[in-house]
Amino acid sequence: MRRRAGQAVVLGIVVAGLLGILGALVVTAQALGTPEVVTLEVFLLLAALLVVLFTLLTVVVLTLVWLERKQLGRMQSRVGPTRVGPFGLLQPVADALKLVFKEDVAPGTSSKLLFFAAPILVFVPGFVVWLTIPFARDVVVRDLDMGLFFFIAMSVVGIVGLLLAGWSSGSKYAVLGGIRAAAQLISYEIPIIMIVLTVAMMADSMSFVAVVEAQRTVPYIAVQPLGFIVFFLAGLAEVGRTPFDIYPAESEVVGGPFVEYSGAHWAIFFLAEYVNTFAIGAVGALLFLGGWSWPFGDLPTAAAVALFLGKSYLIVTAIFWVRATYPRLRIDQLMSLGWKLLIPLSFAVVVTTAVQLFYDWPLWTLPVMSLALLAVPVVMQLRMGRRRALADARRFAERAVVVEAQPRPQRAQESGA
Amino acid sequence: MQRPGTTEQQHDTVDMMLNMGPQHPATHGVFRMVLTLDGERVVEVVPHIGYLHRGSEKLCETESYAQVVTLFDRLDYVANLNNELAFCRAAERLMDVDVPERAQYIRVALCELNRLASHLLFLGTYAIDLGAMTPIMYGFRERERIQNLFESVTGARMMHNFIRIGGVKEDVPADFVPRTRAVLEDVRKGVDEIDRLLTFNEVFLARTKGVGVIDAATAISCGLTGPSLRGSGVAYDVRKDDPYEIYRYLGFEVPVGAAGDCWDRYYVRLLECYQSIDLVVQCLDQMEPGPTMTQRRRIARPPKGEVYVHCENPRGDMGVFLVSDGTDKPYRVKVRPPSFCNLVALRPMMRGEYIADAVAILGSIDIVLGEVDR
Repeated sequence: MRRRAGQAVVLGIVVAGLLGILGALVVTAQALGTPEVVTLEVFLLLAALLVVLFTLLTVVVLTLVWLERKQLGRMQSRVGPTRVGPFGLLQPVADALKLVFKEDVAPGTSSKLLFFAAPILVFVPGFVVWLTIPFARDVVVRDLDMGLFFFIAMSVVGIVGLLLAGWSSGSKYAVLGGIRAAAQLISYEIPIIMIVLTVAMMADSMSFVAVVEAQRTVPYIAVQPLGFIVFFLAGLAEVGRTPFDIYPAESEVVGGPFVEYSGAHWAIFFLAEYVNTFAIGAVGALLFLGGWSWPFGDLPTAAAVALFLGKSYLIVTAIFWVRATYPRLRIDQLMSLGWKLLIPLSFAVVVTTAVQLFYDWPLWTLPVMSLALLAVPVVMQLRMGRRRALADARRFAERAVVVEAQPRPQRAQESGA
Repeated sequence: MQRPGTTEQQHDTVDMMLNMGPQHPATHGVFRMVLTLDGERVVEVVPHIGYLHRGSEKLCETESYAQVVTLFDRLDYVANLNNELAFCRAAERLMDVDVPERAQYIRVALCELNRLASHLLFLGTYAIDLGAMTPIMYGFRERERIQNLFESVTGARMMHNFIRIGGVKEDVPADFVPRTRAVLEDVRKGVDEIDRLLTFNEVFLARTKGVGVIDAATAISCGLTGPSLRGSGVAYDVRKDDPYEIYRYLGFEVPVGAAGDCWDRYYVRLLECYQSIDLVVQCLDQMEPGPTMTQRRRIARPPKGEVYVHCENPRGDMGVFLVSDGTDKPYRVKVRPPSFCNLVALRPMMRGEYIADAVAILGSIDIVLGEVDR
């Protein structure tokens, strides 16, 4: 009875996931070609573009891995990788090669088909998102009208893969991790959706290019600082990074959904994680830092792409910085932070923006409202706990039992000698 | 359909049994906890030990007294010198040997340095348990300085065999005092760094405040000792309550917590780092030249009898019960390992908490499996 119910659930999940991927591919194909007829040429173009994009993303991931290890090393008074290639630049390549050549083991208790399908379910959505992310005004596979919506829709599909990976591994740690992932990612989708909605309202468009064009003079981070902070926090949770690395938590569930994976399939998860991290960086740069634009006129394409990448890497660097600084939250604290703080704040952001747009208030009212909202959680929650702890620590000094030193007797035999 | 063992009113759910360890990154070695989980909540925890059992106590019976010291090095393998001291004091009490004053100063200085090294390791690994990856780098960096110091004194980094029955193996090198002072300056800065990074971090506070609370009465009845007991507000410290060696000539503070939660246990250890630094400095100030080994010749064969001696180890009250039958080998050696006794408090602390807290709580007791299993 229970077994059959479980199978039905799994089957449902698989069908949903496959439908999601199929939908993504159809949308992609339609975006590339004419919606009416999908010809062979269109498909070949699609394939070529996908290969180029895949290669680009792999290179980005390799640089990210190197950057993370170097940056963490410097922050922890180490040097990071130095041996393979100049400045250890080829270390990620060596690691990737090692992973690919390792034996791919599936536990005996796993359901093999789902087990090996799960990494693909995680990777494909994370990869498909990049079809609509522009690197510069014309450097984009396809500038969709509903690009922001497409980004959100695709990033939700990845949850299915994580849940499936946890479920199909046949390991309790993986199940715990999978369920944690589902709960965490679904909860933190909501603030992201709200913030993206806010940006769409301000730019009056859901196309990435239009959003960037709207930030020509003032980037949205200056207009809506709270929105950026909520987006950044929810983004951290969305890619499972410290302090929200609850589902892969190494010291608790030993890698969570990924615990039973090895070799190339683990490498795919790894790739997906970094692609998603970079996607958060890139989308953050597009939505809030003005993407490839700067306030001093138009840039040539190459410079624009460089500017965009620089801004993306800036956000990613901040993500790594947080990783070097913070411990991990607990699952209930993660949930209450999401539902009690980030979601209400994100709703407040939407409402204030709507009010400002509806009554046509001047633009400077938005940052004022935003900062006022930001002050509420910071003052109320975080600082108070810290102040209480500082008072506790002072009480330690008052309580400490002092042991006085006794005077030392003179040594008789030495004075004689 | 009604399943066996359930009634209609009950939900058709079963608690999950999760086997944590012996190969789990957060169990600090080969410790195993069998957790019964209701979702993310720990309903019941059953600790399993013995994966590192080497029969140390039995082995002691086949070695001469001087050789037993090497076995004690391997009990609490991050506080080796403290173990050596515990056994040597037991043997000395049995043989009625007086230890020269300089040897006692060297012993105390080295033991406090080792306590410092052990606590630095704790600060790092505890942060790792909670998901912060930087403090362990700071902790290991500072611990490395102390290990180098040990290497220059004893010739070894971990298995020193330096504290001998009747004194220490040899005098410290000529540059020991200035070198140690320099190292302590650096270590103090390192501990400051960990303190600034971790202690009042909001996430760290959220994870440790009010987690794994154990009140003083329960802690005492569980046999908790050391920093874990002092975190619950009991100011019990063997160095204070039953001073040994030259501790009575040294002034120090015993930091005491109040809430008995993970944060208090952590903070007690952090403050003890500073106290250890001060203690070593006092030892260096008071140290005078002199012999480092007792002048008595016959220290191989104690008379018949038995003795119990205890010391303050980094993890708590380390006791050694030594029985002699008049031969050159001990008849029976029984160790009271603080880590083992502290593990008794695991169940009262852990039940009803989250899985993530289970890791935090186990980390806050700071066990060493070499000592638990012996």
